[in-house]
Amino acid sequence: MGIEALAESLGQNVLTTTLGKLIGWGRGNSVWPLQFGLACCAIEMIHTATAGVDIARFGSEAMRASPRQADMMIVSGRVSQKMAPILRTIYDQMPEPKWVISMGACASTGGVFNNYALLQGVDKIVPVDVYIPGCPPRPEDLLNALMILQERIKARGITPLP
Amino acid sequence: MTAEIGQGITVAKTGEQGAFGGELLTINFGPHHPSTHGVLRLIVDLDGEQVRRLTPVIGYLHTGIEKQAEALRWQQAVVVTDRHDYLSPPINNLAYALAVEKLLGVEVPPRANALRVIMSELTRLASHLVWLGTSGIELGASTMLMYCFRERDTILDMNEEISGFRMHTSYIRPGGVMADTTPRFLEMLDKFVRTMPSNIDEYEALLTMNPIFRSRTIGIGMLPAEDAKVLGATGPMLRGSGVAWDLRKSMPYSGYENYDFEIATSDMCDCYGRYLVRIKEMREAVKILRQALDRLPDGPINIDDRKVLPPPREELETSMEAVIHHFKLFTEGYTVPPGDVYVAVESGRGENGCYVVSDGTHKPRRVKFRAASFVNLQPLERMAMNHMVADMVAIIGTADTVLGDVDR
Repeated sequence: MGIEALAESLGQNVLTTTLGKLIGWGRGNSVWPLQFGLACCAIEMIHTATAGVDIARFGSEAMRASPRQADMMIVSGRVSQKMAPILRTIYDQMPEPKWVISMGACASTGGVFNNYALLQGVDKIVPVDVYIPGCPPRPEDLLNALMILQERIKARGITPLP
Repeated sequence: MTAEIGQGITVAKTGEQGAFGGELLTINFGPHHPSTHGVLRLIVDLDGEQVRRLTPVIGYLHTGIEKQAEALRWQQAVVVTDRHDYLSPPINNLAYALAVEKLLGVEVPPRANALRVIMSELTRLASHLVWLGTSGIELGASTMLMYCFRERDTILDMNEEISGFRMHTSYIRPGGVMADTTPRFLEMLDKFVRTMPSNIDEYEALLTMNPIFRSRTIGIGMLPAEDAKVLGATGPMLRGSGVAWDLRKSMPYSGYENYDFEIATSDMCDCYGRYLVRIKEMREAVKILRQALDRLPDGPINIDDRKVLPPPREELETSMEAVIHHFKLFTEGYTVPPGDVYVAVESGRGENGCYVVSDGTHKPRRVKFRAASFVNLQPLERMAMNHMVADMVAIIGTADTVLGDVDR
């Protein structure tokens, strides 16, 4: 077999890529969220998982109860001062690489509750990748945030965090 | 001695001797746990696999909603009432609105009352659907979630059509409601009322005679009527023990006395009985919606008081007085005569009360919510006593607590 014929037969059956792109593709399409409902936004999070919006189309329907199996934490709702250390513990228990979506006004900034009881934004205790506005955001908003996150994960590949 | 066994569960030996020859173990259940319906934490003493003691620890979702209401003006505080029991926002609005209206000494027009009833019943359905879906998924019937949330989505679409928002509608306000119905809303509601009974049949086909569901709920979480009353259970928890107490019948508000419906009760006193009560309540809610839709009166949807509610948009173009009213209302709000008042309404979880104190200024002096979920945590230990730890999931589910409502 000549070298041209070999190249031709391989060209129909082999894809070439970089390891980073391949891993980014795999990670980005299987972001498993932590099943971590806090308040009102958790109900919209359930809506995102049900048939109407169907987060399964994006590979994120496997809500994990254990932080050890989760890639992404959706902080869905208001975080009180009492809940904050628990949230941080759960975040620490998640394996790297991990991502955080801050869902809704309360998780992002405290929302309408500018008072003694609430953490004024979850980014005070964990690093946040995507913020979603709304009180609560629509399920479509959560899907949009997931798509933004997926693009980032795919672009990052295996590059370590700065 | 304590030991981490993973997933946030900590085990401690108490040193007490159990009936099975072993020591009692104290385990921590929650606050992050998929079947605690939010961030409920329970400290459970186990003898083998049986529950001997159970202490709920609450406050993980304490938001300071009552305190926040004191910092807001009377018409602004409606917004925070939405967010305490986040599965029944319009019913919370209704309790607050009725309390403020009682202090103001005003009565809303009949059309506003009918719209309030429509929104309350839609909310009751939406709330029970979440309960049914999540309880189903906890007991292994994951199809329930898909079916129930399909109908819940329809209800949220209706909310959006009438108020512009899916969940926290702030639709019911002191002095009336936010907006009148649109033709599309009435169309959607009519279609919903026609299709919902067959959807409820579908849920029943999946669960009522399902042998797994029955064996996980019948005889589990017994709460005799006497205990239910003593422990202050309310709503379906009380009616599931055979006590026919429903505020819509016993202390009617918003014209509920004009509707023909039955109080759903069950004498089974267990998780299955409470399931039957909630299914029946959903059917009754559809009945009320049908009647409200057929007899929806014409007329204004708000009281005619420019000191409490803004003038219509078109009047602002022609009337100086309307502009002044508008300006005053949105810069300093309205005052409410001094006094205190308690008003209770029936939410999906039971008696949802609102106690309001006014000192005659533009802001409430005190707003207190009597949360149905909070009192329904009280019988939890009684229900879980001597049951297997696996049954705790069914028992927590049957109480239908919303932690936002418990902690406020």
